[in-house]
Amino acid sequence: MIAEEYVPQIKIDSELISMKKDISVHESKIIASDVSAWFGNVQAIKNISMEIPEHSVVAIIGPSGCGKSTFLRTINRMHETIPKARVSGKILLDGKDVYEMDAVLVRRRIGMVFQKPNPFPTMSVFDNVAAGLRMNGVHSKKNIEEIVEQSLRQAALWNEVKDSLSKSGMSLSGGQQQRLCIARALAVNPEVLLMDEPASALDPISTAKIEELIYELKKNYTIVIVTHNMQQAARVSDFTAFLYMGELIEYDATRTIFTNPNKKETEEYITGRFG
Amino acid sequence: MDLSLRTKRLSRNRNLGDSIFYVITLFFALLILVLVVVMFYEMYRSSTLTREKFGFGFFLHSVWDPVLDEYGALPFIYGTVVSTALAVILAVPLSLGIAIFLSEVAPGWLEQPLSFFVELLAAIPSIVYGLWGFFVMVPWLRTSFQPWLSEHWNFLPFFEGPPYGIGMLAAGFILAIMILPIIASISRDVLRAVPRTQYEAALALGATRWQATRIALSYGRSGILGAIILGIGRALGETMAVTMVIGNRPTISISLFEPGYTMASVLANEFTEATSEMYISALIEIALVLFVITLIINSIARLLLWSMTRNSKDVRL
Amino acid sequence: MSMIRYYLRRYFSSFMFILCAFSVVIALIPLFLIFYHTVSLGISAVNVDFFTKLPKPVGESGGGLANAIIGTLILVGIGSCISLPIGIFAGIFLSEYGNNFVGQIVRFLTDVLSGIPSIVAGVVAYTLIVIPMKHFSAYAGGVALGILMIPTVTRTTEEMLKLVPTSLREAALALGISRWKMTLRIVLRTALPGVVTGILLSIARAAGETAPLLFTALNNRFWHTSLNQPIASLTVFIYNYGVSPFEEWVQQAWGGALVLIVMILLVNIGMRTITLNRMKGNQ
Repeated sequence: MIAEEYVPQIKIDSELISMKKDISVHESKIIASDVSAWFGNVQAIKNISMEIPEHSVVAIIGPSGCGKSTFLRTINRMHETIPKARVSGKILLDGKDVYEMDAVLVRRRIGMVFQKPNPFPTMSVFDNVAAGLRMNGVHSKKNIEEIVEQSLRQAALWNEVKDSLSKSGMSLSGGQQQRLCIARALAVNPEVLLMDEPASALDPISTAKIEELIYELKKNYTIVIVTHNMQQAARVSDFTAFLYMGELIEYDATRTIFTNPNKKETEEYITGRFG
Repeated sequence: MDLSLRTKRLSRNRNLGDSIFYVITLFFALLILVLVVVMFYEMYRSSTLTREKFGFGFFLHSVWDPVLDEYGALPFIYGTVVSTALAVILAVPLSLGIAIFLSEVAPGWLEQPLSFFVELLAAIPSIVYGLWGFFVMVPWLRTSFQPWLSEHWNFLPFFEGPPYGIGMLAAGFILAIMILPIIASISRDVLRAVPRTQYEAALALGATRWQATRIALSYGRSGILGAIILGIGRALGETMAVTMVIGNRPTISISLFEPGYTMASVLANEFTEATSEMYISALIEIALVLFVITLIINSIARLLLWSMTRNSKDVRL
Repeated sequence: MSMIRYYLRRYFSSFMFILCAFSVVIALIPLFLIFYHTVSLGISAVNVDFFTKLPKPVGESGGGLANAIIGTLILVGIGSCISLPIGIFAGIFLSEYGNNFVGQIVRFLTDVLSGIPSIVAGVVAYTLIVIPMKHFSAYAGGVALGILMIPTVTRTTEEMLKLVPTSLREAALALGISRWKMTLRIVLRTALPGVVTGILLSIARAAGETAPLLFTALNNRFWHTSLNQPIASLTVFIYNYGVSPFEEWVQQAWGGALVLIVMILLVNIGMRTITLNRMKGNQ
């Protein structure tokens, strides 16, 4: 995607550019264009447009029920799996609308980590990580073993589980389970990782580990994270979007949102006036 | 809470009515326990004659001759096991297919009436299955299905011999139809109880809907196994429908075309004709075995189902 | 990952779901066939005589199964007399006082008991009643049916009582009503429609049972003169007539089957409408 062909809707802080040496922030991995979504007759999000640059972490914040998770789920076409759910607008992945692509293929390229860790309970740690690979047709034992180890390393879990790979996925602690789910999502080699409040069910230490992980992961992936924890958004993300009542109020570099927001609603939310 | 403690508390509140009520309900609840014990004891006691005479040989001998007072229950055990096994082989794949369709595929307006129909199958009395089996299914087997099996598959020992229609195959078929609704509706409930996030996790990895369904099946497998075992329990004890189509001859044969005899059927047919004490004792011993086996099988099934609901409090299977 | 393998997976997924739909069709075929045949073969035998006259001897045409129908009602009545008190009170125990070890055991045994073959209940009734009394009787048949009905009545009573919200119980207690009065007058009364449907369901099932009656109540071609004697029942008659070599009798067997099926259908549909209405009402 060439930057000159369109005008990015985000303001790039020049300081941010100099900090990122080998990432081309001008490339937008995902462009959401006028996206709205409904549950039956109830509209959950309205006309959201934003661009997510490659190899960046974008946080989506807002009060409960504002549509953050719904928007996230429109990106990898999970929203439509709910009966009577509807989406309009476009989501471009590297320039192609995901709603014109095959849904299963989209989900291969855009992975998801859920709020409550959900490892497959009848599978071992190893099998959990390998699950996505096997379902996608990879059967070579050597390949699988390599990819499982690589994914567990990327999820900063390898050292903790390398001697107990055959134990049940449920035998790990909450924080470990969530990192297991991250490893599982990474194993299929997605380009984008969507995280729906990944640390909200975890204790502070596990949360810190996951935040560290996100910082490492963005070198190789593009990450969109929904969080209700503003401090987490400030710590972890490059860009932040503030959603309220289903609409995108403001989207800018994280530093700007948290120190000098443009919109009044943003400021009121940040300072805890409501939410 | 033990009874004396409770009574003390209540009399402090001066409420005799409550404690009497508690005792009454407890009494009737314990009566159920007593009932099971009494059932076992009565059948045990009344089968002493044959138990002492034959011991374990009762289950290993295949000669059943009331005239000579020779009683070997092997043909009935064989018949029960084979007819049940055949029913399970036929019913399980169909039931799982139905459960998947009802819980994953069918939209609400279709699922409700279909579930109703499937459950209606379970409500049909067994004698009606027997009538229909004897007058409709058996002739079809005799004139169409068994000859076809004979022609194309008779290199297998299961399909040898003349196609009577009546026999083990008919029993297996009718039992399969009868246990299908049990397995299907419980499995459907099990699948519905699988947390949606499991299904979504699979989809998010790029799985097809079928692959995600398989993940859900794996999650619910103890419940589904429980459902299947409940079906087995039902098939083991089914009497009237089997009696009318199995031929009621105590033969042991590998061919499914041959007639057979099940434990429940021999009880139905011969109880009123049992003249000697030994004869009755033999029959009651068969009933005792049936009772104990179904008790064990149902216990295993219930334990499996309970293990599924352990974590989700408002799921009732 | 090749595209060919990918498309194979997609088509396989659709194929498997089509197979699932197919299995529903296969399962429903016997259902409709049974209904079809029962109606078409039985309708000719069902007339006013069927419900009012006694069976005729072999060779003579006509007659009915009046004694069998009444007999079934009586047997189910005796069974209910036994199973309803036990079932309802045990159900109350399980729901109100049953969250402990004893309750778990009783609940478990009740569930397990509901799975025993019906003929075993007949054998137990035989040893308990027929042997000591040295003859077959309606009492024995009633006891056998009662044994079979107890688990269903118990469990449905418990489930229905549990559905009554705790807030209702607390409101009653706060008014100073003693616990037993609250349970009977308020909780049970609120849950009554559900409990009654459970009872009706178990009655319908018991009415369709054959095996436990074969050697307890036996059969009777005439009106019974006392409950201490064998008594006719619809199901046993259907069986005896069905396996007989007489055309007339077979037809009447189908007629009996039709009556049974219609009754079962009515109870099931009735149950569905009542529970659906209750759920709508509670919303």
